[in-house]
Amino acid sequence: MNLTLKIWRQKDSNAKGQMVDYKVNDISEHMSFLEMMDVLNEQLINSGEEPVAFDHDCREGICGMCSMYINGEAHGPDRGVTTCQLHMRMFKDGDTITIEPFRAKAFPVIKDLVVDRTAFERIQQAGGYISVNTSGNTQDANAIPISKHAADEAMDAATCIGCGACVATCKNSSAMLFVGAKVSQYALLPQGQIEAADRVRNMVAQMDAEGFGNCTNTGACEVECPKGISLDNIARMNRELMKANLK
Amino acid sequence: MSGFFKSSIGRKVAMALSAFFLMFFLIIHLAVNITSLFSVELFNQLSHFMGTNPLVQLALQPVLIFGVVFHFVMGFILEIKNRKAIGISYAKNNGAANSTWISRNMIYSGLVILAFLVLHFIDFWFPEMKLKYIEGDMTGVIAGTQEFRYFEELQHKFLSPIRVGAYVLAFIFLALHLLHGFTSAFQSMGSTAGRKKALQTFGKIYAYAIPLGFIIIAVWHHFNHL
Repeated sequence: MNLTLKIWRQKDSNAKGQMVDYKVNDISEHMSFLEMMDVLNEQLINSGEEPVAFDHDCREGICGMCSMYINGEAHGPDRGVTTCQLHMRMFKDGDTITIEPFRAKAFPVIKDLVVDRTAFERIQQAGGYISVNTSGNTQDANAIPISKHAADEAMDAATCIGCGACVATCKNSSAMLFVGAKVSQYALLPQGQIEAADRVRNMVAQMDAEGFGNCTNTGACEVECPKGISLDNIARMNRELMKANLK
Repeated sequence: MSGFFKSSIGRKVAMALSAFFLMFFLIIHLAVNITSLFSVELFNQLSHFMGTNPLVQLALQPVLIFGVVFHFVMGFILEIKNRKAIGISYAKNNGAANSTWISRNMIYSGLVILAFLVLHFIDFWFPEMKLKYIEGDMTGVIAGTQEFRYFEELQHKFLSPIRVGAYVLAFIFLALHLLHGFTSAFQSMGSTAGRKKALQTFGKIYAYAIPLGFIIIAVWHHFNHL
């Protein structure tokens, strides 16, 4: 198929970016979206132009690095997939595809489609962990009884890959689905209880300090999340914060 | 606890608490007003009680005014903060693919409701305050008669088709606001109940029934006075 691509080009974080049009021809419907981007970049390199910078790593939907806003949706029009898992069969010959970086004040553009998502790292560092004594007498986690339901819910929350699609798709650039998932995966397990109050307080404080917006419960993040993280995690985070502040 | 209400989640909880209070008030308001459709006497008596009872006037009324003002002010604060968090807008954004129009535009339905409230206060609340607390007339009767003035005033207000039209339009926007706001308030309070079918259905019934009740009252008095 032959396509027209409208891509955000921005030389560096200080430069003023703009949308630039490109044509790519003979794209197979079996290609992944990133393979199509590779074809474009080969074309650009061969013609002496600067290739389009974009984030990617595992290319199998695990690492959370790819981060494109395609035709007005985070990770494109398919559901439950990251950009690297998006296939060109979702498009048709002659289509114009708009490709932009994930937008949020807290996700500044570094170059072209690459954004700085270290705000998520700082939120994690603020409390997204449990403290374990590793001096040689660590208790086997399997020795702690956990209900199947809680284990499943914690696992579902833990599948968040921190790609930032929730922020990108939210009309308020809110990070609450991400933070809700990270708070929940520990709040649901006994190992997470000891530091639960500090965790939620510190992670929410860091989230606010990073300049993310407020959740208005549109539910867009849940729909666009490649891992199907539920809005219930935001409700749980809200409960956890209320509980922490009542202590 | 004061730090809690300065956090993004705390502000949403405060917004939800005021929303619950206002949604409860709407039920009371409609329950009183709907009596005007079938009993002039009952409507007059209830209006006089609400308008002169010290508990209602001096305790509940200030709380209500605070609740209304708080909900609007906090709504604007959140909107401003959210707009600041966005940065550069997308060249192409397909919001309809993942969320409802009304959930993304609560500020606009809220602004229409705010404009309506200004009209509603000018129509009913300010004249009431002036008559009762500036002119000191707490009798609630039409001058020179023994008749209560409340029903008469209500019907007089709905003579104008333009005013009735404005009220109907505002109530349609109230319905839209409630369609998202009802379940959203539960989510902000940390409850997943708003995500359950039963409460979503109840929320829809509430969101349609309350505004529809007010629309019927306005239209009824317009046509029954002609």
